[in-house]
Amino acid sequence: MEQKLYLYPVWLRIWHWANAVLFLLLLFTGLSLQYSSVEFSFIDFDLAVTMHNVSGIVITIAYFMFLFGNRFSSNGRFYKAKRKGYILDLMVQIKYYIYGIFVHQKTPFPVTENRKFNPLQKLSYVASMYFLLPILILSGFALIFPEMIIKNVFGVSGIHITGLVHITTGFALSVFLFIHVYFCTIGKTPLSNFKSMINGWH
Amino acid sequence: MNRFVAKSIVIGVISFWMIVSASASYAEDTVVFENAEFNHQCFKCHGQKTYHYFNEASGKVVKDRMNPYFVMDSIAFYQSNHKSFMCTDCHSSDYENFPHNGELRMEQKFNCMDCHGGDDTYAQYQFERIEEEFQASVHSTKHSDEFTCWMCHNPHSYKINARNNDNINNVIVYDNNICLSCHANLDKYQLISDLTNPNVLITHEWLPNQALHFSKVRCIECHTEIDKEMLIAHKVQVKEKAVRRCVECHSQNSLLMATLYKFETAEKRNKLGFFNATILSDHYIIGANRNYYLNIASLIIFGFVLLGITIHAIIRIMTK
Repeated sequence: MEQKLYLYPVWLRIWHWANAVLFLLLLFTGLSLQYSSVEFSFIDFDLAVTMHNVSGIVITIAYFMFLFGNRFSSNGRFYKAKRKGYILDLMVQIKYYIYGIFVHQKTPFPVTENRKFNPLQKLSYVASMYFLLPILILSGFALIFPEMIIKNVFGVSGIHITGLVHITTGFALSVFLFIHVYFCTIGKTPLSNFKSMINGWH
Repeated sequence: MNRFVAKSIVIGVISFWMIVSASASYAEDTVVFENAEFNHQCFKCHGQKTYHYFNEASGKVVKDRMNPYFVMDSIAFYQSNHKSFMCTDCHSSDYENFPHNGELRMEQKFNCMDCHGGDDTYAQYQFERIEEEFQASVHSTKHSDEFTCWMCHNPHSYKINARNNDNINNVIVYDNNICLSCHANLDKYQLISDLTNPNVLITHEWLPNQALHFSKVRCIECHTEIDKEMLIAHKVQVKEKAVRRCVECHSQNSLLMATLYKFETAEKRNKLGFFNATILSDHYIIGANRNYYLNIASLIIFGFVLLGITIHAIIRIMTK
């Protein structure tokens, strides 16, 4: 029997599920605001604004918890990419997902104590957590305090540019969410990765 | 050509250009008001905080303070709609004599409709409809006849604003200051009401981002009944009927397009695919400024992602 690995400490699981719930709340309320209409609204506009703002603030606090946890625990090492041969590894992983998985090849980068993420996971998680989410948080706070935003940038409203950045980044992260959830079904069984994120053991 | 001659030519050309530009702008900016000389007789005293007169009893020239409510800003007057008027077009010609006869204070003031009503020259401004809307407004129904057009439109300074102003922010400040001249000024407010002046900051506490809303939309956007045929709505409603639903503005069919932005040219709409694009140069309204192309692009991207996931999952199941 394969040895089980304890890869998801309690703090990480709490953060992960809090982040997931808050992100879904932000996604639904954000869509409701963006596509608000007099005839039909998914959630009342003023309620959606409050829910979106509160969820945004809480997800920011959770994000700092994630940064703190990664900085002061060994979990942070999983997000560090080696430079040499990384692109090659990435290609191997992509090839596995578009071909190898269907012909029952062995996964090229199996999970070990020192390698929680395959190269593609590492790229998408680093891009989401250290690039897109900070942009989303910063642009979100700018929209909560719009008086801080530069009024006009080359004839275009600063709030408009900030809004576009916020919506576009939010959209990119929601696309990531769907892909992330699907790829989580690629485990020993379709539900095994979800169970791991509940009990901590891989 | 030596250096001195070259320098002289350059300096000469620059000087000529500056003189021509200065005289051209002087010619454009200088407007002569035909009645200015006559009106100066009034502004000599009523355009200042103090005035002089000869007191026959004492045989001396006396300098006295002008009643601040009778001081007129001559610059504002000559920028206003009534700038070509003589003071005595509206006020009694007896005012030409000094000291003014005390009974002149009782003179009947003209109303807007006395000049503008029933005149085809002003038909495009729809004064009759404005009068109808005003009569049905809370300003008219809740207050005495003392509430006239002049309460909002100072005849000595009012100028057409929304139609002629390229800067929407200036339009908003100008129009909101008309409302605040009573609703944030107890002295004027109590001329027609015994009520305590409501504090607009407190009564609008429910409004999210209050300061941003106050600086980006006019009071009349929410407090008047919109009539698309009217240039400016004048039917101010009771507060219970004011717009409170966010989506009235924060939606694709934003009511702001029928009010604040109605003077913007239609060609500006849908610029670069943005709905209600005319708003975008200065403002951004969540829900009203969606982009058609981004909407389509996001649907296509999302569709491809779902399709990819579905195909991948089906092949996984089939090759299990």
